[in-house]
Amino acid sequence: MLQVRRIPGLPVPHFKNTALNPPDMIPVPAEVTLPMKMHGGAPARPVVGPGDSVKAGQLIGEAGGRVSSPVHASVSGKIKSINDIDGLTGQKAVSITIAPDGEQTVHEDIAPVNVTNTQEFLKAVQDSGVVGLGGAGYPTAPKLTLKDGVKLDYILINGAECEPYITSDTRTMVDEAEYVWQGALLLKEYIRPEKIVICIEDNKPEAIKKMRGLSAGVSGMEVRALPSMYPQGERKVLVYNITGRIVPEGGRLTDVGCIVINCTTVAVIAKYIKTGMPLVSRCVTVDGSAVKNPKNVIAPIGTPIRELLDFCGGLKDDVKKIILGGPMMGTAVPNLDVPIVKVTNAVLAFSAKESVLSEPSNCIKCGRCIAKCPMGLMPSHIEEAFLLKKVEQLKAYKVNMCAECACCAYLCPAKRPLSQVMALSKNILWEAGQP
Amino acid sequence: MNNMIVSYAPHIKDKITTNRIMLDVIIALIPAFIASVWIFGPRAAVVTGVCVITCVFCEWAFQKAMKRTVTVKDLSACITGILLAFNLPVGIPLWQAVFGSAVAIVFVKQLFGGIGKNFANPAITARIVMFIAFPITMTTWVQIPDSVTAATPLALMKRGELEALPEMLNMFIGTRGGCLGETSALALLTGGVYLLIRRVITWHTPVAFIATVFLLTAIAGAQPMYHLFAGGLFIGAIFMATDYPTTPQTSKGRIIFGIGCGVFTVLIRLFGSYPEGVSFAILLMNMVVPHINRLTMTKALGGAKS
Ligand code: SF4
Ligand code: SF4
Repeated sequence: MLQVRRIPGLPVPHFKNTALNPPDMIPVPAEVTLPMKMHGGAPARPVVGPGDSVKAGQLIGEAGGRVSSPVHASVSGKIKSINDIDGLTGQKAVSITIAPDGEQTVHEDIAPVNVTNTQEFLKAVQDSGVVGLGGAGYPTAPKLTLKDGVKLDYILINGAECEPYITSDTRTMVDEAEYVWQGALLLKEYIRPEKIVICIEDNKPEAIKKMRGLSAGVSGMEVRALPSMYPQGERKVLVYNITGRIVPEGGRLTDVGCIVINCTTVAVIAKYIKTGMPLVSRCVTVDGSAVKNPKNVIAPIGTPIRELLDFCGGLKDDVKKIILGGPMMGTAVPNLDVPIVKVTNAVLAFSAKESVLSEPSNCIKCGRCIAKCPMGLMPSHIEEAFLLKKVEQLKAYKVNMCAECACCAYLCPAKRPLSQVMALSKNILWEAGQP
Repeated sequence: MNNMIVSYAPHIKDKITTNRIMLDVIIALIPAFIASVWIFGPRAAVVTGVCVITCVFCEWAFQKAMKRTVTVKDLSACITGILLAFNLPVGIPLWQAVFGSAVAIVFVKQLFGGIGKNFANPAITARIVMFIAFPITMTTWVQIPDSVTAATPLALMKRGELEALPEMLNMFIGTRGGCLGETSALALLTGGVYLLIRRVITWHTPVAFIATVFLLTAIAGAQPMYHLFAGGLFIGAIFMATDYPTTPQTSKGRIIFGIGCGVFTVLIRLFGSYPEGVSFAILLMNMVVPHINRLTMTKALGGAKS
């Protein structure tokens, strides 16, 4: 395969402190809260009511549309309440709170799933409740449903995990290597790409070794070690770095014959088909300078982050910031009652020293942000247009193509809030596009 | 536990700061400073000191008066002071140096909004203003020990007195007539290499600038090696034509900028009435930076034509 050029990316620090740490299962939490929208597309619709008893793995929210995903009880117990305000954003969003009985009784319908053709495979993917677990949260079944006439050359299984700190995908590839591999074989059989490439950054030698061991001698399967750089796992960057193909503006990955799917997502699919247990728990990296004993944990979806942090020895006194996801793209949360959702791959807590970011000063027009934007945009110019509210210019600078990787804001010497500007600019364009 | 900081991603940032970049530029100017004192004597240090102090003071006073945040700590005013001093003859009356420094900071930098917002290089613009305001003192060169004449090599070339030109080695280490910080190509190059290693500047502008001057003067049959080391080419190409706010932000743009500077420099040197053209060339090119930026917009990955 011809390697055209690689997007250079940024050498962000790795901080993969927990990479060698197989996850520990946390005890059943005192309460779980399952939002009906943990994915892109329409929210799920509750199919249970307050007071109902549920068992682990039982469907409690059915998919609310073609692009949607079902939600399953992550614990056995009683439905405590169905709330319709999201505690984090204050916006209208339905969630179901379960009071666990501590038994973790498995629902009686849970049984291996029989899959013999593509149709059945896609149904199984949908029923498993799996979504893009790398953080994107787009429901996987619609992603894998190809339009007629689409020729699929590549499925790229994304194990890049380029965000600092996070090692949950790494652990999946090591501890559940067999599932990742089975999932890859299922994709090969039922989605039928020309080739499947398992993409792993070279700072995860154990994962590479495991995957290479499993894939040795199997045709149409390749394990590729990629230089560790950020944002290696960004989907368009990954497609370009592996295949040399460029996704056209406004286009989809399938337009260039590619699908990118997270490695943990692949493992969940295989696990569901083998055991019938849908996505009800996941591996989460708990790390950061304010966590006493950083480690990987397996927690039921919906567990408040407080329980995860407590399990890791609790927080140090000087904690100042808590993030869901990685430090480059994650979301800071205001309190510890926020639950982990399907896409939560990390909970990071930072002490004051790391949390307080310096005040922005004037842009010095150094061009660093331009040189390093993986999408080839001009962040400093976009910010100028944003500050002057110049809609036409924002369009001309193609701010909608921004991947929100935050590289620009990371390396700006003047500490301009560039990634925020990108998000706000997209909003301006979106609003301007409304009638 | 409800006093968590909720800020937008990214939650980690690179160590690099504006302040550190400016400090690196100052470090890169130290060899040239040492050379200037060694070549022109202690007065070089006095002129530099006066310019730096005036620049920093003007920035502080202006920002205080306008009730703006005082940004002298970012060290950029300090650099303007050093660069301006390096572009003055060592015998310049000190009050004129003070005047030039004030022009650079107040008129060229702060009135446009301070660091990053000025479109013309403060030190260069101030130098040109002084050149017009004080034509005599700005072109009175002192004779340094061991040299036949006080005149600058460029002036000698202009007058056709080629036999009076200093040895090439002297040109390179800087023992020749000229502004106090511009003469030692060796010292300036050392600083330039440091800036490249520290990734403060990219190679594009200096290489394009210097190469253009060399090529054009070679084609014109006009002592290309002397043109390289004479005048303010090295300090201009390494330190002034790489000043962020007043130069393009993309690699392509920087090459165009460098070539443009080179062309204008040679045109002025060979055909103008002044012997030196680096300052004018850079100022001229400063004016077209917005256009260069527009012409050299980067191509978005997969971006459609618009
Ligand atoms: S990195 Fe920051 S200071 Fe440099 S051009 Fe971009 S926005 Fe301006
Ligand atoms: S402009 Fe967008 S894509 Fe480019 S570096 Fe910034 S956040 Fe990333």
